[in-house]
Amino acid sequence: MITAQHVVDLVLDEAAKLGGADETMVLVTDTVETTLRWAGNSMTTNGASVRRSITVISIARQPDSAHIGTVVSAEVDPRVIPSLVAASQDAARSAPEAGDAAPLLGGTGAPADWDAPVPGTGPLVFTDVADSLSRGFRGADRLYGFAHHSVSTTFLASSTGLRRRYTQPSGGVEINAKRGDASAWAGVGTADFVDVSTDSLLEQLSTRLGWAQRRVELPAGRYETVMPPSTVADMMIYLGWSMAGRAAQEGRSAFSAPGGGTRVGERLTDLPLTLFSDPMAPGLACMPFVAVSSSSETVSVFDNGMEIGQVEWIREGVINALAYPRASAAKFGAEVAVAADNMVMTGGSATQAEMIASTERGLLLTTLWYIRVVDPTTLLLTGLTRDGVYLIEDGEVTASANNFRFNESPLDLLRRTSEAGISEKTLPREWGDWATRAAMPSLRIPDFHMSSVSQAQ
Amino acid sequence: MTPNRGIDADFLDLPRHELADAALAAATAAGASHADLRIHRLSAETIQLRDGELETAVVSREVGLAVRVIVDGTWGFASHAELAPAVAAETARRAVDVATTLAMLNNERVELAPEPVYADAIWVSSYRVDPFDVPAAEKIAVLEDYSGRLLASTDAGVGIDHVSAALHAVKEQTFYADTFGSSITQQRVRVLPSLEAVTVDAAAGSFDSMRTLAPPMGRGWEVLAGDEVWNWSEELARLPALLAEKAKAPSVVAGTKDLVIDPTNLWLTIHESIGHATEYDRAIGYEAAYAGTSFATPDKLGTMRYGSPVMNVTADRTAEFGLASIGYDDEGVAAQCWDLVRDGIFVGYQLDRVFALRLGQLRSNGCSYADSPHHMPIQRMANVSLQPAPDEISTADLIGRVEDGIYVVGDKSWSIDMQRYNFQFTGQRFFRIRAGRLDGQLRDVAYQATTTDFWNSMEAVGGPSTYRLGGAFNCGKAQPGQVAAVSHGCPSALFRRVNVLNTRTEGGR
Repeated sequence: MITAQHVVDLVLDEAAKLGGADETMVLVTDTVETTLRWAGNSMTTNGASVRRSITVISIARQPDSAHIGTVVSAEVDPRVIPSLVAASQDAARSAPEAGDAAPLLGGTGAPADWDAPVPGTGPLVFTDVADSLSRGFRGADRLYGFAHHSVSTTFLASSTGLRRRYTQPSGGVEINAKRGDASAWAGVGTADFVDVSTDSLLEQLSTRLGWAQRRVELPAGRYETVMPPSTVADMMIYLGWSMAGRAAQEGRSAFSAPGGGTRVGERLTDLPLTLFSDPMAPGLACMPFVAVSSSSETVSVFDNGMEIGQVEWIREGVINALAYPRASAAKFGAEVAVAADNMVMTGGSATQAEMIASTERGLLLTTLWYIRVVDPTTLLLTGLTRDGVYLIEDGEVTASANNFRFNESPLDLLRRTSEAGISEKTLPREWGDWATRAAMPSLRIPDFHMSSVSQAQ
Repeated sequence: MTPNRGIDADFLDLPRHELADAALAAATAAGASHADLRIHRLSAETIQLRDGELETAVVSREVGLAVRVIVDGTWGFASHAELAPAVAAETARRAVDVATTLAMLNNERVELAPEPVYADAIWVSSYRVDPFDVPAAEKIAVLEDYSGRLLASTDAGVGIDHVSAALHAVKEQTFYADTFGSSITQQRVRVLPSLEAVTVDAAAGSFDSMRTLAPPMGRGWEVLAGDEVWNWSEELARLPALLAEKAKAPSVVAGTKDLVIDPTNLWLTIHESIGHATEYDRAIGYEAAYAGTSFATPDKLGTMRYGSPVMNVTADRTAEFGLASIGYDDEGVAAQCWDLVRDGIFVGYQLDRVFALRLGQLRSNGCSYADSPHHMPIQRMANVSLQPAPDEISTADLIGRVEDGIYVVGDKSWSIDMQRYNFQFTGQRFFRIRAGRLDGQLRDVAYQATTTDFWNSMEAVGGPSTYRLGGAFNCGKAQPGQVAAVSHGCPSALFRRVNVLNTRTEGGR
């Protein structure tokens, strides 16, 4: 397999030789991944994979328009490159006008590490995890879960001289433990597994399963609820995905304001909660530039290579920004704002233990599941509690309770939240396939709406 | 029947047998008692328009080879993007290494149920026009035309302010070979068309939307090109007026109501509450940490009343145009059709070769599938379908039995718990039923139930003329996450006393 850097050079050389486009961008991403899965105290599946993705984006410029053709391939045989480039250029010449056209970014020069080898990973990264699991498998609790580690290195280059490279490690461990009818979950995201203590996860699970020695059945209704960081992350990630500026401007979003315009500037809460994405967030570092193969309402291929900075989507409790690529920002007179691949909320100071201790009677959740939008006009979401709902009485966890279906909007949760905890790294359960980098506080909701009881355990 | 086409020459030209020979020999030499090789190529095209303007058009192709081995009763899996014999051999040795490295964690010996050997088998799905043979400009032009028809409408004084249009097309090609001697080459095509219209009330800061009902199908470009497969002219002409009526419709009064559910909505309820619930891997806990388990555990097989006596559900990997239809699964098992629920009783599971033996069956029913060369095959869903009544019962007949209820059309929001008990669905269109007749639309409707309560409340199913295939491209399962396309056929059906929610009230408004 030739190197990714070599692929970049071949694509740009071929594009120039064919001459069927005015500008060309190429994205090459090499990914090495290893996985381990287990159920009922035994490994079920595993794997180690090596793959490559090559994206060729050709742009045909007319005096007042740009036309784009994009081809993506995982084929690694360099003999396919001429046909990829030709297909991309053919597509550009026959495409209608691109609505998000903008000038390509100019040359940055190759970064110092451009020619460095691509790093990898393998099943040995799981050595400590496997040791802990092996001991756990001999215990009384039944363990289920998944560990994965991937290292993706992206090279971005253009005929305008752009050269950028970034290596993104991603990983995580999540464990579901069952004891009798009780079920508990714990998980962490990680870049390198150095900071993962599987033994610590197993201890957390054992504590939670111990809480379930007493079980109570609770009816549907509104409950004071302490949402731990994982559950807050799942709700706020969906909120973040819904913050497209164009949709809000056009009146088809929960961020559209009555009478026209957007809800930017609307105060959601008096608590000083700030929701932001930042590629430089400590412990949650991610790609600091745009590198996409296709455009959407929130990103544009024309912006490839553009710096992604910190964006405060909600600042001190006030809706502060919506997502706009350059073309959309120009159209609506808004600031360019592109989300980094992480999400952080800050603004609270209590520990979760303190929040439990100050609860007279309420619920402590563990994770949320199967979250889907019910009413996009209010961003009403439905979903379920999962693997641990606990009853708090007089400041202590006294029992586990049944699961519930909820119907709640993350906007309304922020409007009603009465207390926030300190922000801590967390692994979203529902969206963890796509979003492993998050730091969130616990939130206290005085009247979380549990719509019905779920029999699931 | 649509005549089968051949497998693309450029896939047949890949060094399939050389790669298989290299991988299987290397795996065996390294100590594997079983090995299989899969060459997997996925071509995909996504075209999206917003208000008639192109937002994105991307053609992508994924290809690679996967080697799965069993070493001393433990799985090992490895994959690589490069299709070279030396790489295939190295990948096979890496799969053996993975199995050996992680063997300490395996406490259940892996064994495969027997299956006849299929040497040099070929299977191609039924489609007329390969969407990848049609120029992108032609496909974009059709979506522009369809978008324009909606945007031009001003029915009932409620205009269409925005239209999203999308086409997703996939061509999937695989070559499978194993140490038993099977070698199978397959090709299938699927398309997912969608148009959604939005009307905005800027003064109120509200909006409403309605999507077309055309389902994804295991067919080709013929689905969008004209009205022969799907009557686009009629649907696009009717949709603005329907959306206008919906935007002005009264909000539903929550409570217990009789529902007549159209196949365009019911397929998704079947998917979530029957399709996933009858997956054996879920039932024995393999998905406990992720997709979830099932209330339909093996101890209930053959005895549990799943639904009313009119409930008959089949799993079928042979249905023409079905998204999960195939000739042979990703373990070389020939496609089959079998019962999951018979006369309301739970009687069957979906299985792969390992799970068949664990359940005490002699043979797998062929539900193994991987969505990528870089993913290990797992047990995935067949086309799970509710069978119609033998007699001709129309949707109007079912509506005629309802004094006060709702006719539910089109799918929208869906959610179900991790044991497949508690679900909640919305839809595209809700028509009030009064005295056996439709009486305008309602809005803000969701229905919520427990699976077995719901299916036991099914009083009647429609006849063969009401039967339709619905489906999805994006059924998710497993870690690392895999998606699968699957169809679900069903007739219209009548359900008594289902809990109906008002979504505005649910949201505290």
